[in-house]
Amino acid sequence: MTATTGATGPAAAATGAVETSARHDRNRDRKRSGRRKGAFLARRLGFYLVAGWSAITLNFVIPRLMPGDPSAAIIDQLERVSGQALPPATLVSIQGLFGNPDDSLFEQYIAYLGQLARFDLGLSIVNFPVPVAELVAAGLPWTLLLVGTTTVLSFILGTALGVAAGWRAGSRFDAILTPLTTFLSSVPYFWVALLALWLFGFLWGWFPLSGGYDPNLVIAFEPAFIGSVLQYGILPAATIVFSAFGGWMLGMRNMTVTTVREDYVLLAQAKGLSPARVRWRYAARNAMLPQFTGFAMALGGVVGGALLTEIVFSYPGIGYLLFSALQKRDYPVMQGVFLLVTLTVLLANLIADSVYVWLDPRVREEK
Amino acid sequence: MTTTALTARNDAARPVGSDTVLDVDGLCVEYAGAGEPVRACTDVTFALRRGEILGIVGESGSGKSTLITALTRLQRPPAVTTAGRVLFHPQDGEEPVDLVRLTPRKLRALRWTSLSIVLQSAMDALNPVMRLGAQFVDALREHDRSMSHTAAWEEARRLLGLVGISADRARSYPHELSGGMRQRATIALALACRPELVVMDEPTTAVDVVMQRQILAQVLRLRREFGFAVVFVTHDLSLLLELADRIAVMYAGRIVELASATDVYRTPMHPYTRGLRDSFPPLHAPVTRLEGIPGSPPDLRALPSGCPFADRCPAVMERCRTELPLLEPHGGRSVACHLHDEGIRP
Amino acid sequence: MKYSLFGNGKVTFGVVVLGFFVLLALVGPWITGSVLGLDARTNDISAISAPPSAEHPLGTTQFGQDVLAQVIEGARGSMFVGFLGAIIGTAISVLIGVPAGYFGGTTGNLLNFLTNLFLVMPVLPLIFVIAGYLQGTGLVMIAFIIGVFGWAGGARTLRAQAMSVSNRDFVQAMRMLGESNTRLIFSEVLPHLYGWIASMFLGGLIGAVMAEAGLAFLGVSDSSAISWGTMIQAAQQQSAVLRGLWWWFVPPGLCIALVGTAAALINFGVDELANPKLRSVSRRVVKRTAAHRIAVASEGA
Repeated sequence: MTATTGATGPAAAATGAVETSARHDRNRDRKRSGRRKGAFLARRLGFYLVAGWSAITLNFVIPRLMPGDPSAAIIDQLERVSGQALPPATLVSIQGLFGNPDDSLFEQYIAYLGQLARFDLGLSIVNFPVPVAELVAAGLPWTLLLVGTTTVLSFILGTALGVAAGWRAGSRFDAILTPLTTFLSSVPYFWVALLALWLFGFLWGWFPLSGGYDPNLVIAFEPAFIGSVLQYGILPAATIVFSAFGGWMLGMRNMTVTTVREDYVLLAQAKGLSPARVRWRYAARNAMLPQFTGFAMALGGVVGGALLTEIVFSYPGIGYLLFSALQKRDYPVMQGVFLLVTLTVLLANLIADSVYVWLDPRVREEK
Repeated sequence: MTTTALTARNDAARPVGSDTVLDVDGLCVEYAGAGEPVRACTDVTFALRRGEILGIVGESGSGKSTLITALTRLQRPPAVTTAGRVLFHPQDGEEPVDLVRLTPRKLRALRWTSLSIVLQSAMDALNPVMRLGAQFVDALREHDRSMSHTAAWEEARRLLGLVGISADRARSYPHELSGGMRQRATIALALACRPELVVMDEPTTAVDVVMQRQILAQVLRLRREFGFAVVFVTHDLSLLLELADRIAVMYAGRIVELASATDVYRTPMHPYTRGLRDSFPPLHAPVTRLEGIPGSPPDLRALPSGCPFADRCPAVMERCRTELPLLEPHGGRSVACHLHDEGIRP
Repeated sequence: MKYSLFGNGKVTFGVVVLGFFVLLALVGPWITGSVLGLDARTNDISAISAPPSAEHPLGTTQFGQDVLAQVIEGARGSMFVGFLGAIIGTAISVLIGVPAGYFGGTTGNLLNFLTNLFLVMPVLPLIFVIAGYLQGTGLVMIAFIIGVFGWAGGARTLRAQAMSVSNRDFVQAMRMLGESNTRLIFSEVLPHLYGWIASMFLGGLIGAVMAEAGLAFLGVSDSSAISWGTMIQAAQQQSAVLRGLWWWFVPPGLCIALVGTAAALINFGVDELANPKLRSVSRRVVKRTAAHRIAVASEGA
């Protein structure tokens, strides 16, 4: 921003030729570093495409590897539920997803990919004849809302507390908070949820006991409904944040302790910068980078935990859908949920990687 | 007490303006880790004149790096300054301030405008996620609130020019520069707020010999130009002989000899100094057999009651085993060795 | 090394707690049966959903089963899955991570790619789905699934460490001298990684205990087995929360949290030993430094 204005300074006027070549250099440098970032992102994108393809293939392989014949079981169950023979189109769809004894694996795979391209995830057994895609699409916004906000909140809370504890490592604050957080991060999500439900919902009656919104309201984008979503969402969200922030905090705390001892932080102090600037612009800014490279691992745990939390609160998201599907062996729904959760997590990881590229100018080829 | 002892000779080495900029008196630094506290610096006393380059030389573990962080009050737990004063005399004739006891707020105002530092590894000393220029700009604007953003960037480019780095490099990130460039940039950075004293902690160890010469020449040139004083810490005595006006030799946390560079080279008084001098080849003399110093530095956790160098000393005497020699003035220079006590001549 | 390991309060606490639960898993059921005279499966019809009392120290469930006996019995189930899952997971992460770091080139890249793939996959949902197909399966199978899908994080760490060890001069030199790779891996590289592997095992242990609890909570565990997870699941299913039977679901969750904390504290302490930067900020050192500083300040005043 200022570099361009700087080029017109008095010194530049005297050595116009040098300056032009310098500007040239600068442009070349910027282009080169831009290209490197681009190359890194392209490589990551390629990786996530392969990962996405693997997830889709895994989704194809799992039912075929399982003992018994899921495909036949599903058809059998569907016929029992509906009380009649299934239309041929439905049969083809189910066999495409869960295995067809008559076709070769390759033919099945091609057919399966074709079905996915049409968003055909089969029909739910429990909610026959609702398509799985529809069920999943109905649950997804709730889960995205819950998991998305809680992930961001717990990341911010954990990172901020981690900087505070790591900055004054060994202080009373750190000596109390760090072991306490170690304990909190070892507590199962759904147990915290049960406890919170018991205390705040049952015993003290501060929050509703189950659901994602007031069932007497119509789902609509209006104040009453949004208010009810918030009212129902606070407790589940709070329990997820409560269980999830500890992991971020401990990571950030240890990274801060290490980073605070780096020479550039020492030099920042020697420069007489304000403590806040030294702490955030120098120490925390660098200590935060590994938080993004570890994002993938952490996110998987948060999503899994959030799915279980939804069950405790009967929250109308994907987790609750998965739960009822598992209970009733609704394989099509199970697989649909798995596919969707996996692809969403992969997308989130890709976003985290992109943020990392933007945060760290030393875009490294390999860690 | 010591200033009088130290200001006597060294006329040749003394630059213009002979008043004191830094007065270190009886400085002790301990490491309060698990177990008994360990003394890394004991009773360090010296004075630095305006514009002077004082070299501090010692092996690793001699306490020279500890001394630097204590002087600049950048030490971290478990290092603690347990005794002594570091008096800084501002140029405009204000009252001297004791850096050891200065409040954090006042210390912060003093940093970089009066006292700056160059660290050993420029790679580690520059924030990897900030543009080089931005690391100048934040220091400049911290100490001069009236400076505009644009003016600060312009100043950063000018400062980089001082050490021969082209102005457009201000937009680069540290990892995009070569090692020598980074090191020169940190020197330029140290001069950003025109300090009266620059502390340099082995700033040439991480670069090759050619770059080392360039950097030293630049330091000398900039010192001539801006007149700042330098405390230059290194383990390489040969380097100090060319650069420094005076040299302090540290051993086991104490200064064992303090003399002009010429005196250290020509007539080292402490056997350890002599050992150091003889352990590298002379630049302009026929090659002779090199003498190392046998043995290794003592364990700071269990120092002997006498002279800590006694076990390695070629001229050790009975007295050295029991009585610790203190740094005593000796004809314009100082040495801590029983060989030079009154009445004994080697 | 040994002295400082146990001089560390965190490690001591962790080892004691973890040791307690291991012991409980081994001999606990015998104690409940013959010493306390309680049985995890017997239904005491005279005490249905009873709060803690002298007869039932932790109360009873909806079915009149003694909660204390169930917690002790559950320790066996949970610790079994924890250990088995951790053993399998750690073994796979060693088998994949170490060669990935030791051999560069195509082999290394391929293994690394595999690791990254499993790293970005959300493992917990994957385990849920697979276990969903194998409903009613035993604890062994569950531990197996958990281990098979939960190795990637460990493999990544081991790969980095193996890489740094095998780039050291002495390993390079021995390679050039024609030492066989197998021998080098086993005699030079692996011994340097024992600490990491041990810490990985502890991480895997708590991961497996948690995953099993999650699976049980989803209702896909072995319905006849008792683990901490199945206890919480049963409590949830019988609406223990809405009926205020807190003594039913609080103890098993607390046990899981304690095991997790113990493992995490041991790892934390080991980290401090391995990383001097972390060690120098231990409460003791900081206190001593502060005490010193105060002494100087008062002396200077």
